[in-house]
This record gives sequence, structure tokens and C-alpha cells, in this order.
Amino acid sequence: MLTLADLPRRELAARLAGPGLVLRTGPFTNRIRTDVPLLLDGLALLYDDYPVAEPGGFADFSLSLHRAGGLRRWYRPQVHFAQEGVAPFKPLPLDQAFAMFEWVMNWCVTHRAHSYLIIHAAVLERHGRALILPAPPGSGKSTLCAALVTRGWRLLSDEMTLVRLEDGALLPVPRPVSLKNGSIDVIRDFAPDAVLGKPVENTTKGTIAHLKPPRDSILRAAEPALPAFIVFPRYEAGAATSLAPLPKARAFMQVAENAFNYQVLGAAGFTALGRLIDTSSQYEFHYSRLDEAMALFERLAAQPA
Amino acid sequence: MSASPALLARVLRDPGAAAGLDPDGWDLLLRQALGADMTPILLVLLEDAGLLAAAPPAPRAHLEWARIAADRHLQAVRYEVRQIGRALADTGLPLILLKGAAYAMAGLAPGRGRMFSDIDILVPKERLPEVEAALMLHGWFSAHHDAYDQRYYRDWMHEIPPMEHVKRGNVIDVHHAILPETAAARPDPAKLRAAAVPVADAGDGLPAMRVLAPHDMVLHSAVHLFSDGEFNHGLRDLFDIHRLLLQFGGQAGFWAELAPRARELELERPLFYALRYAVRLFNTPVPDTVLADAGSGRGRPGRALLALMDRLFLRGLAPAHPSCADALTPLALSMLYVRGNWLRMPPLLLSRHLFHKAFITPRAGQVQQ
Repeated sequence: MLTLADLPRRELAARLAGPGLVLRTGPFTNRIRTDVPLLLDGLALLYDDYPVAEPGGFADFSLSLHRAGGLRRWYRPQVHFAQEGVAPFKPLPLDQAFAMFEWVMNWCVTHRAHSYLIIHAAVLERHGRALILPAPPGSGKSTLCAALVTRGWRLLSDEMTLVRLEDGALLPVPRPVSLKNGSIDVIRDFAPDAVLGKPVENTTKGTIAHLKPPRDSILRAAEPALPAFIVFPRYEAGAATSLAPLPKARAFMQVAENAFNYQVLGAAGFTALGRLIDTSSQYEFHYSRLDEAMALFERLAAQPA
Repeated sequence: MSASPALLARVLRDPGAAAGLDPDGWDLLLRQALGADMTPILLVLLEDAGLLAAAPPAPRAHLEWARIAADRHLQAVRYEVRQIGRALADTGLPLILLKGAAYAMAGLAPGRGRMFSDIDILVPKERLPEVEAALMLHGWFSAHHDAYDQRYYRDWMHEIPPMEHVKRGNVIDVHHAILPETAAARPDPAKLRAAAVPVADAGDGLPAMRVLAPHDMVLHSAVHLFSDGEFNHGLRDLFDIHRLLLQFGGQAGFWAELAPRARELELERPLFYALRYAVRLFNTPVPDTVLADAGSGRGRPGRALLALMDRLFLRGLAPAHPSCADALTPLALSMLYVRGNWLRMPPLLLSRHLFHKAFITPRAGQVQQ
């Protein structure tokens, strides 16, 4: 299939400005339209391995991110997001266009794709076993996720774990990993070869930079994984690496709290979450040293089931 | 204005128009439905017409996503209505539901697949303090703290400031009339309450509920759509009227009494517009005699005004989607907005209100921050 890298830059710009660039991310097709050069640069850098479809046909999500007109064209320029003519969010400063793009790409899925239980969690796979890292912001979830990805784990997602309601399989939606503030330099030091997008400063979450997912993760985006571990990470400066089992009932409640659409799904969500907890083991994980964390997760994935 | 009506409007009129759509057609249809906030309604129509199974997998998945959200919405509404019933029980007042909640609880056609954010109830004006106190006791609080907003609602409007539940965040609009105190037309709310009909046992531990009588329900829906300034749900609201008319049209005496009831409640003009555009967009089978009756006397605007209103309303009633807009759509929408406010208040009061909203409210907000 054609990938974004196959499109000459002029063609990429023409699609974004015209009928839309149709990008496949896991099970979804996204039609993206924009006139923001920064977003074009970000896409060209971080999405070049992604499959691209012809502009026409059915797309799951149509997103447009455009520069604000009028005075805002020159004075503190802004970027607007609209979907089907509706603008659900306030505009952001123009230099945050790529961060906004990543947020609204997540929002489209978490808000509507109710054939999945969607958990706010990173999810990765190694030796056929998936590791789910649910966590509120600040727990070091994305840092761990980025580090694991640079050590050979397959990225399913940094932001949302899709649990298919029919069979409990985890569906990949691999997208760039969003690193915040101090984590950006941590990952630069940890994996000097990693490709990072241009840092976006002064967002509501501080400075954000996106890590390009490995090509192999994109190529295998149609390949679901089976849940094996749910690990709640907590980064604490100076903490010793420790992994402690978590009682199933507590794990259930904690995952429910981190789910985007558990309430919407009702009984189906309860069943799916129950099966997820039954078919995996759950832990609390404290860490401060990334290399120790990597070794521990490698042992976890390699142990016999 | 483009010559052919929008794809979504054509499918609403005749779901068979969705059969044989190509992927581009499905894409446009679902995008228009999303913009118009009508995806679950589209699902219901296609399913009733036996066309859902024939939809290609990707659009069908979207429609199924919408089903899950709509089912959950209905469940939440039922829960909320139970809580409201509990809160109002002490007042001894009947629970009269309006609009979306009424359609859903009475099991009426427009209730199927329709999503809404607030639950609207109707109570006598003189009992407002009691109702407000009962709701507060059960966790609902006025969301507007600004003294001017309080005055705006309490002195001039037909409802008190929206009340939001402190834990669940759900909002109740408590109405004592269906048009503002300051509007020229003043349908007598006592007549509406007196004619309200009980909902047959809805089960599920739901309280005794009433909804407006069929004529009044249609008229309220019409007045809400054609006297208001916001048209982002215009197509959906007109489709509500269409579905109500289809459902009530079969009841004996419904058609003959519709225009006379509109005259009694001073709502001839909204009824005229509702019938005109329902017929125009959805081919609603309104008898000619009723169209003539509704268009007599004060119902029908003068020729020049009607020509203008056609241009405005047909833009306001198109799906709220960029593919349905033309160069004049933004102007039409702002004129409808101004008109909505114009109908709400006499000019002097309106200019005072707009002045306050533009200059005083933002300043007061700064001081509070």
C-alpha cells in the first residue's frame, strides 16, 4: 500500500489543502485537511510510514485544522479545529497545531468508537503478550512507553487501549508517543537515535514532543494482541524498582476509572472489563531508573504464561 | 442555495434514497448526520426501512456506535426523570415533561434516536419557589450566579435559570410558559397544563408523568423552532415536527383542531412555518384544508416577508454542515439570530440586554477572576 513517504511534498500539500489526506491509523481512516505548514512538516516527519488511501471514499473521521482568519491571521495567530463544521474546542496558538492535531485524533476515537472499550492507557506487545500501562498524567506512562518502544516492544498505542467487545482482543492504533517536559530529554539520552518531532512549548500540559513510532509497529497495525499484564506505573524520584501484585477487584475499579467510555457501554463495558481483568495479571509498579524498568518488563514478557 | 436538497434531508424524507449509495455518498451522508446531530435518528430510519444490513461495513459500524450512545442516553434520561419525579413528589404537582424528554418518555416517534442535553419541565409560575426549593433539596442548583442573568431569566424569560445537578451534572430547565414574558405572543400556560395528558405506565419505576396534548406538543415544537434564534438543530427539530405529524395525523380530530388551537394560543405564525417547511422538506402529508386554515388570517406573512423568510429558513433548516452551506448561509443564520432575539423582547429592552451582554457582563467577569 502507498505510504505517506511515497507522496512528493507538493502532492502532500495539495491533498491537505484540497480534498484531504486520507491516513490509516490502525482500524480507522482519517481524512485530514489543513493549511498549517507546521502540521504538514509534522506529518511528513512522524507519519511517513503510514498507509495513505485515495482522497475519495468513506473515511471514519474528517478533521480540519485551519488558521484563524481576520486579525488573527497576523496578531497572535491561531489554529482552529472543526469536524463537520462544528468546532468543539477553543482555538489554540498556531505553533501548537501539531499537538492539537494529535489531541483531536485521539478525541475522534475516544468520543465515538463504541465498539471498543477504550482505556486511557499505553499498550505494547512483546513475545505475543500485551502490556497495558493505564495511568493518570504524571505517572510516567508515556516515558515508559517510549523507552520500551526503543527497546524492541511493539507499539499498539501510547494513549488509548482498544479492547474489542466481541473477543477482548487489543487493537493497535499506533501513533506518535507524546512526551512531556522532562521526559523529552530523558528519552533523548536513553535512545539517541529516536526521532522526535519539533517540541511544542507552552501547551496546557507544558512542553510536548512526539516520538516517531517504529516502522514495524505501523506495518503490524492490523495485528491484534492478547492482554497479558496490566501495570499501573508510578514514577518517584529515587524510588527502588518494585513490582507488587494488585488485587483483581481494585484493578477492575482502577481500570474503569481510566476508561473513556466505560459508562457509555453499560453492561457490555462491564463484561469486557471483567474479561480483561480475568485474562491478565495486574501489578503496581514503582520506579525511578528506566534501565531497571526495561529489564523487569523484558523478564515479565519472557516468563512462561 | 443549491437546487437539490441536501443528501441527509432526502434520506430523511425517503430512507430508500440511501440504497445504492457509493462510498462517497455514505461518507457525505454520515458527515451531514454528524453535523446535524442526527446519526442515531438516521440509524433508526434505515433500520425501520430494512436498509441497515445492506449498508457497507464502515458506515454501518458508525451507525452502531451511535446506537450504543443513544441507548445509554435513553437510560440516563429515564434515571434522571425518576429522580426529578422523586424531587417533585412533595410538591404534589404533576410532572409535565416538554420536548426531548417528553418524546422519549411517551414513546413517541421523534423520541427514537434523538439526543438532547437538558430535561425540560413545565410548572405553574406561582409554584416556582416551591419547585425550585424541592429541586435544590435533591441536588440541583442554579448554574447562573450573575445577578443580571438571574434577573434576565426571572423577570423576562419563560424559564428560571437552568439548574444543574451537583453530582451528575445533568441540567433541568424549569419552564412556566413556552414563550418569554417579554414576547408579543403569550400562549396561556394554564391552558397547556390543563390539556396535558398522562403517559401510559412507562414501567421501570418511573413516576406518573404528563406530556402536552398532541396539538400543543406540535405547536410547542413549532414555536421553539421558529421563534428561536439558534438553528444548529434546525433540521432535527423540523424532523421532530414531521414525525409528530405523521404519528398524530391518524388520530381522529387531530387535523381539524390543529389550526383552531394555534389561534387560541396565538401561535398561528409558527404553525404556518412548521407546516410549510415540513411539507417542503419532508413531504409531510398535511391535508390541504389544514394548510389553507393555517395560512389564513394572521398565520401567513405578507408576500415580500414570506419570500425573505423562505430564503432565511431554508438555509437555517439545511443540515448544519459545510457541504450544505452557500455564500449567504452565514448572513441568513445571523439574521435568524437577530430575529429570534427580536421576537423575544421589545426593541428597547433588547438593546439594553445586548448592551449589557456585550459590555457589562465581560467586565464583571474580569473583576471576579
